[in-house]
Amino acid sequence: MLILHYNLEKVSMALVVAIIGVASIGGIVEIAPLFTIDETVKVPEDLRPLTPLELAGREIYIREGCYACHSQMIRSLADEIDRYGPYSLAGESAYDHPMLWGSKRTGPDLARVGGKYSDYWHVAHLINPRNVVSASIMPSYPWLLRPLDTGKLPAELATLARLGVPYSEVMLTAAASDAMAQSRPDSDGATEVQDRYGAGVAVRDFDGNVEKVSEMDAVVAYLQSLGTQTRAALQTLEEE
Amino acid sequence: MTDTLSLRERRIGFFLAILLALLGLTMAAAARHGAMAVHGVIAMAIGVALIFLIAGSLYDPDADPARKDRYYDAPTQAGIFFTLIWAMIGMGAGVWVAALLYWPEATPLWPATSFGRLRPVHTTGVIFGFGGNALIATSFYVLQRTARTRLADAISPWFVVIGFNLFCVWGVTGYLMGSTQSKEYAEPEWYSDIWLVIVWVTYFVLYMRTLARRNEPHIYVANWYYLAFILVVAMLHIVNNLALPVSLTGARSFPVWGGVQDAMIQWWYGHNAVAFFLTAGFLGMLYYFLPVRSGRPIWSYRLSILSFWGITFFYIWVGSHHLHYTALPYWVQTLGMTFSVMLLVPSWASAGNALATLNGAWHKVRDDATLRFMFVAAVFYGLSTFEGSFLAIRPVNSLSHYTDWTVGHVHSGTLGWVAMIVFGAIYTIVPHLSGREAMASPRAVEWHFWLAVSGTLIYVISMWNAGITQGLMWRTYSENGALAYSFLDSVRAMAPYYLLRTIGGALFLAGAVVCTWNCRKTMRAVPMGGSASDRPLSAQTPPRRPFDAEPAE
Ligand code: HEC
Ligand code: HEM
Ligand code: HEM
Repeated sequence: MLILHYNLEKVSMALVVAIIGVASIGGIVEIAPLFTIDETVKVPEDLRPLTPLELAGREIYIREGCYACHSQMIRSLADEIDRYGPYSLAGESAYDHPMLWGSKRTGPDLARVGGKYSDYWHVAHLINPRNVVSASIMPSYPWLLRPLDTGKLPAELATLARLGVPYSEVMLTAAASDAMAQSRPDSDGATEVQDRYGAGVAVRDFDGNVEKVSEMDAVVAYLQSLGTQTRAALQTLEEE
Repeated sequence: MTDTLSLRERRIGFFLAILLALLGLTMAAAARHGAMAVHGVIAMAIGVALIFLIAGSLYDPDADPARKDRYYDAPTQAGIFFTLIWAMIGMGAGVWVAALLYWPEATPLWPATSFGRLRPVHTTGVIFGFGGNALIATSFYVLQRTARTRLADAISPWFVVIGFNLFCVWGVTGYLMGSTQSKEYAEPEWYSDIWLVIVWVTYFVLYMRTLARRNEPHIYVANWYYLAFILVVAMLHIVNNLALPVSLTGARSFPVWGGVQDAMIQWWYGHNAVAFFLTAGFLGMLYYFLPVRSGRPIWSYRLSILSFWGITFFYIWVGSHHLHYTALPYWVQTLGMTFSVMLLVPSWASAGNALATLNGAWHKVRDDATLRFMFVAAVFYGLSTFEGSFLAIRPVNSLSHYTDWTVGHVHSGTLGWVAMIVFGAIYTIVPHLSGREAMASPRAVEWHFWLAVSGTLIYVISMWNAGITQGLMWRTYSENGALAYSFLDSVRAMAPYYLLRTIGGALFLAGAVVCTWNCRKTMRAVPMGGSASDRPLSAQTPPRRPFDAEPAE
């Protein structure tokens, strides 16, 4: 062995090839199967993709770095299930590019925060968390009240569709107007949003200001959708 | 800088600077607004500055022909300069975000200075800016000394140093504008990622070409580690960052990986960023500077082979320990846990080899603060890898995951190991390249050492307490079977630890400021391009000075 190595050290290209070879094995063994085995490729039947408004909210969630303090992955441990709800399934994040499981809980897990609070609570909390939770150390986000830019939504949905998220042609073309309509329950397009994305989608004026569609509308719509895109996790837990 | 280049090299550099300016112009014109446009303008500004810098020297006298008989140290000096600048930026941002967790209003109500945007400025600033520049700078230095030859050419090292820093600047300014991929330690958007690939390929080619010219039959251990760092980081970077841009004229992209596959690939990347960025490269540093500074050969050559291949093979498997009890299949978690525990063997073999090398030189460790930095680094390397293997055990991880215990582990590795070995290397290189025996102020080195050690200890110990408290509060049930504490109770309990951590971090930052000041004082008055006294083999006729001694195998 030592002699072999003694000679290896003299040939730089051999060293390069050996390093690449040795360093590839583990990754291949652990990653390749994930693209084939059932447990990881099965998508729950009732899983719906995010609506354009919710997707815009997710983009803002990423932009502001909410994921640095909030996880979206409930582990299969008793206390987590008691605190946050049914543990997360692989299929639930099948349409998430990228996933936002997170690695640090400076704030609580948000995987099932949808429906936990009123829209009003979220708006007040995001403008200044200490208005509603006096001991909070979460940052304030007053600038979310500015108008939402819906211009890029069609292209964004189209990109995700190319990656396999089931957005239909109509969804792509109607993306910008759907985003508006979801926060204007009285408008013409409001029912179309539910037709396209499912009756479970919340169509409301999230930020309490009908005049304009703000970034706040998008973020709150996104937060309210978390954990409501499929009932698979609840069913799995009930079966067990 | 330019006076170390020949006229022909200056012309090539001039041409490259024009290309960079044009690239920036194209990006800015195509994107028109948003992060990509700003990044175009930044690239253009750097290009134009370089054009002026080089143009001014195009008709100056040619470089000294005797330069071929010297090592090429100007890029190393520039790299150390950038290392220290990034230390200020990255650690400054670290202290700031630490303060925000104690006092959330300690920031203007301005999107760019919000916690979520500053935090990646900290991680990118310290890992890539501070750590990356230190790796590049020392790799050039170590490669030339251990191969006893000059770098293969004079343009590509500058391309690597300047290109890499452009990547860091793009990353950090992007986050402030809200442009991020959100993947931890891989936040920069698609065009930055492509740019880094170009820089990295240049780096690799330069490394191999220089190795090919070596005057030593054997490739010294330090270079194996630097090579593994270059190669594996390239592999990880490319796979993890595969993404589809929303448009070619905008910054936004979506990763091609989604859901559980994305999670696994992200942490395969994430933990090997730890392994091959924050560990392998720095072990290369350790294997060169520790023997040189202590004047003793590496204790065991066999052990260094064992640990090198052990680290290269085992590390790749361990990423899944970031995903215990999640939706990742159980068997993958088990593999990650098993390999993490086995990884302790090669890790401790490295740490032990380093400490055994110091055996017989303890009086030097006592008297020389620089060597003490390296000694502390080896000790913390041993501690944090032990802690890491422990945290990777599934039931332990059920407590530690998501808590500040992870943050404590991270900083015992990064402050105690990575930063300490960097400072040790800097204090060895800087005086040498300035043609001096010692730093301008040896007392300042001593001060820095104690600031760094106390800062690290305060930081790490407070985070251990914080993390364990948090983990226990989350899982404690009261007698009637309900959870005993609300989440907010755990937030409240963190306050004293967050305050202590901020103080520890500030001490550490103060040490780094002292170091920067001391380096500036030492380097001033010496022209760039080096007055290092050692020479490549081709130029050696007079007997070599003790400092030139290669660390024996
Ligand atoms: C510095 C870390 C931090 C960041 C960044 C952060 N949060 Fe929080 N968040 C917290 C903390 C701590 C709490 C618990 C106290 C509270 O309710 O305010 C919390 C609570 C919440 C809650 C209530 C959850 C519950 O179940 O009670 C929501 C919703 C929330 N955050 C959303 C967000 C969003 C959206 C963002 C990004 C725009 C964000 N947070 C950014 C720390 C953070
Ligand atoms: C001046 C000293 C430093 C201070 C005050 C500091 C502070 C911090 C803070 C407050 C966080 C965020 C933790 C959280 O979100 O709860 C953090 C994260 C991090 N820091 Fe530092 N830091 C310092 C130095 C460094 C150095 C030198 C490195 C690397 C070389 C480093 C690497 C990291 C990493 C990798 C993370 C992310 C950890 C994770 O996601 O779990 N830090 N730091
Ligand atoms: C034998 C070696 C090591 C092992 C087995 C190991 C293991 C671990 C484990 C189990 C975690 C926690 C994952 C989680 O619960 O989320 C972790 C996190 C981390 N470790 Fe290590 N560790 C090792 C060495 C190191 C060293 C030397 C460094 C730094 C130089 C380091 C840097 C980090 C970082 C940055 C993270 C945080 C990642 C994140 O969540 O963002 N580790 N490590």
